[in-house]
Amino acid sequence: MAYVTVTGGQEAIEAAKKLADTYRLDPQQPPLDPSLIQKQMRLLVDRIMSEGGLYAPELASLALKQSEGDTFEAAFLLRAYRSTLPRNHYSHVLDMENMRVIRRISSSFKDIPGGQVLGPTYDFTHRLLRFDLMDEHLSRDDLSALEESLPDGVEWRDKNLTFTKVAGILRDQGLLGRNPALSDTEPPFDITREKYTSPAPRSARLQALARGETGAMMALAYSSMRGYGAVHPTIGELRVGYAPVCIPHPYQEGESVYVGETLVTEVETINKFATNEESGEVEFFLGYGCCFGQNELKAISMAILDRSISDGGTAPAEDEEFVLEHIDSIEANGFVSHLKLPHYVTFQSKLDRIRATKEKQNGGE
Amino acid sequence: MKTAQEHNQSYNYAFLDEPSKREIRRKTLKAVAIPGYQVPFASRELPIARGWGTGGLQLTLSLIGDDDCVKVIDQGSDDSVNAVSIRNLVQETTNVSVTTQTEAATIIQSRHRIPEVPLTPEQVLVLQVPKPEPLRNVESSEKRTRIQHGEKNYNAMWLELYEDIVKWDHALFDADYPVMVHGRYLMAPSPIPRWDTPKLHQSSFLTLLGAGREKKIYAVPPYTDVEPLQFDDYPFQVESFNSKACTRCGSTDVFLEENTDETNGEVHYQCSDTAYCNKVLDEKGGR
Amino acid sequence: MSLVESPLLSIRNFYKKYGDGCLFCTTDSESENPYMDGNRCLECGTVWACRNLNFDLYQGEILGIVGESGSGKSTLVKSLFFNEEPTYGEMYLASYRDGEQNVFDCSHQTKRYLQNHELGMVDQNPYHGLRMDYSSGGNIAEKLIAADYSHVGQMVERAEELLEKVEIPVARMNEPPRKFSGGMQQRVQISKALANRPPLLLLGEITTGLDLSVQARVLDLIRTIQQELKVSMIVISHDLGVIRMLTDRTLVLNQGRIVENGLTDQIMEDPQHAYTQLLVHSLL
Repeated sequence: MAYVTVTGGQEAIEAAKKLADTYRLDPQQPPLDPSLIQKQMRLLVDRIMSEGGLYAPELASLALKQSEGDTFEAAFLLRAYRSTLPRNHYSHVLDMENMRVIRRISSSFKDIPGGQVLGPTYDFTHRLLRFDLMDEHLSRDDLSALEESLPDGVEWRDKNLTFTKVAGILRDQGLLGRNPALSDTEPPFDITREKYTSPAPRSARLQALARGETGAMMALAYSSMRGYGAVHPTIGELRVGYAPVCIPHPYQEGESVYVGETLVTEVETINKFATNEESGEVEFFLGYGCCFGQNELKAISMAILDRSISDGGTAPAEDEEFVLEHIDSIEANGFVSHLKLPHYVTFQSKLDRIRATKEKQNGGE
Repeated sequence: MKTAQEHNQSYNYAFLDEPSKREIRRKTLKAVAIPGYQVPFASRELPIARGWGTGGLQLTLSLIGDDDCVKVIDQGSDDSVNAVSIRNLVQETTNVSVTTQTEAATIIQSRHRIPEVPLTPEQVLVLQVPKPEPLRNVESSEKRTRIQHGEKNYNAMWLELYEDIVKWDHALFDADYPVMVHGRYLMAPSPIPRWDTPKLHQSSFLTLLGAGREKKIYAVPPYTDVEPLQFDDYPFQVESFNSKACTRCGSTDVFLEENTDETNGEVHYQCSDTAYCNKVLDEKGGR
Repeated sequence: MSLVESPLLSIRNFYKKYGDGCLFCTTDSESENPYMDGNRCLECGTVWACRNLNFDLYQGEILGIVGESGSGKSTLVKSLFFNEEPTYGEMYLASYRDGEQNVFDCSHQTKRYLQNHELGMVDQNPYHGLRMDYSSGGNIAEKLIAADYSHVGQMVERAEELLEKVEIPVARMNEPPRKFSGGMQQRVQISKALANRPPLLLLGEITTGLDLSVQARVLDLIRTIQQELKVSMIVISHDLGVIRMLTDRTLVLNQGRIVENGLTDQIMEDPQHAYTQLLVHSLL
């Protein structure tokens, strides 16, 4: 029989699913426990949560297990799950001053009130493979010993570090403008409920950036720093920590309810100064980045893109539509991979055109 | 048929939450009220990938009710893996019946084909759309294409057609041939072959078009003019099969796909609409 | 020109500002406003590019608008072609609803229709007025398409006829304007603007950047076309030489206001306003 459109689709899908499971599993190994991923693939889980747009470490870990570690697939799983949930509340704007900080640095000032807190980072390690991790054994006592060897000893967990914002210092001196403030009383533009059109409201832009794919955002931010654009900022402050989330009280006007905390990375970059058109003052302009989890590359990239879009221009990273429409992992992934679907009909239509054109060329008509 | 109790209880009926479905229906009504105009909507993520029919699927899921009977085709075939996958999702999250028979369906979700059997006023055709913006090839910015639609300024597209004709002596648009809807909006009819384009003109059925990734819904209501871009001296042409016939059912007045036999290299033609092919065969008693 | 003849185009109370404006600059009196430096508000920085412009254009007439850069003439011509929105003002076209409807109030779709059917424009910069990568014939066809031509054969014929008129070899019709010299590009733009025989042609600073000899040919061409087609024109220039060569009547613009208005010859002979005198004297 000649080759025809894939038949037996139903059976083929079932079989492919089963086969994938056999590739994922090995009778010699225990299946992966998602809680292991949640703890030991912490940064990966953080990335999936921010790209998936849902703060759910357990579900993100499950998604990673199910997708055999494919970040695009995992973010997609989480986003698809998210889309079945109704929107019940909009939280108040996060109070970052009351963030329980685990890491906080400034590359603009050496001495910042509260000091630099290096926190958990690989920034200054040598990228040498640690072969001892190949066969790592760790007892409860070993872990305690590890904690006790920290400068603060075992107390590090209980230190509730909160700091004022570095940007505040510049602002107090009148050197820093404010981004148009996001209103805390009006609900933000919700990109999961409405389609924004360019120029997007600021809240929509920040949401789109906060859900963007880390690699795509890094590439665009890099292009702007390297020469296709003009943003080469200084990091005023980068902080990672647990920010308290509050929602308006459902019954009592003016009251709010604490519902939990989320780990977020927040970056404020300081850029070139210019005259603020509203106030007429010469001020530094800020770039703002914030995303779920500890994902510093993404938060910095976001701050750069926030700034480059605001400044505008002809470079790709300065074009809001270009940036926002191309950084979403779920959309880009879906459309690029749809090329794997059959295109028999459309290709037939193309064949018809090329043949007719050839005929015309050969003087057929 | 599955009962309501049998559908996957971990998810909502028809997957999406009710407010989402309501929003999609509201946007759909707007689309019907302004034929050919692309209505932006938020577009929810679905368990199938963006670009794989999520626009069409959201329309289907928002419209579907217990009395419906759904047919899903991909490039003409009910049995193509993506059609199966979409049909399964609809079935798993609702309790509606599904069919491969065009006549039996109330909602037909399709990727890139309109069935050969003429549809009726009782049926809704849902087309999956990868690129809803017909002007995108001549203007990359959404902001500017929106202005062009507002001003009914389609000069760039006509110019494209003119240049093709001057250079090649005919139009090069293949599938997804741009059409004017009721003399107002230029519309991408989704990548249906030109063969199917005339079926949209003054049709008795409602056509809804959904683009999930690009977040647009648009519609061709019944009895609406749908006219392909064409110049007086270069009329629109559908694909030509030089009176070839389907090797299975013998039909000649249908859209055919050509396939090459791996063993002897011979070219065969077969109906792209597999349900139609089967129907003709059945009527001939050939199966 | 009879006294009862109604104008082809009328502009009334035309204002255009760049900026938000404020209490100090929104009142417009002819007397000196101490809060303004010329047409710029010292309080809010708003620039009033055009201030209370009023004029008419009659059938077959060529109106010159002269002024230095920043005088508001480009803003005016862009607004007349609907590429800019005026701050306020009225524009009446005899061909649209008997000249009774202020077309600035019309929908964008209507403005686009008028632009396509009633107007032709030659931009100062051919890169703005032409699609450089499409064929020259296609560029002309675009204007014809916009004016509802629907026959390829007829459009090709018309493009050939026009290119011949502007002395571009028909053999080069399929070449993109990018390959042409500046003077040729301007001539393609002129053919495009005239393609559908619009009653009104707007000419930007069309000779800017062209060699003197090329300038002369382009101006000659415009004069010939005007005599042949009797099309009404508005010619924008900072160059009184161009204005003298082409126009019947002239408006002199300075800091957004019409400071002098009269027959071109008269203005050249006997300029009244100090600014016009300066312009005329610098020419001689």
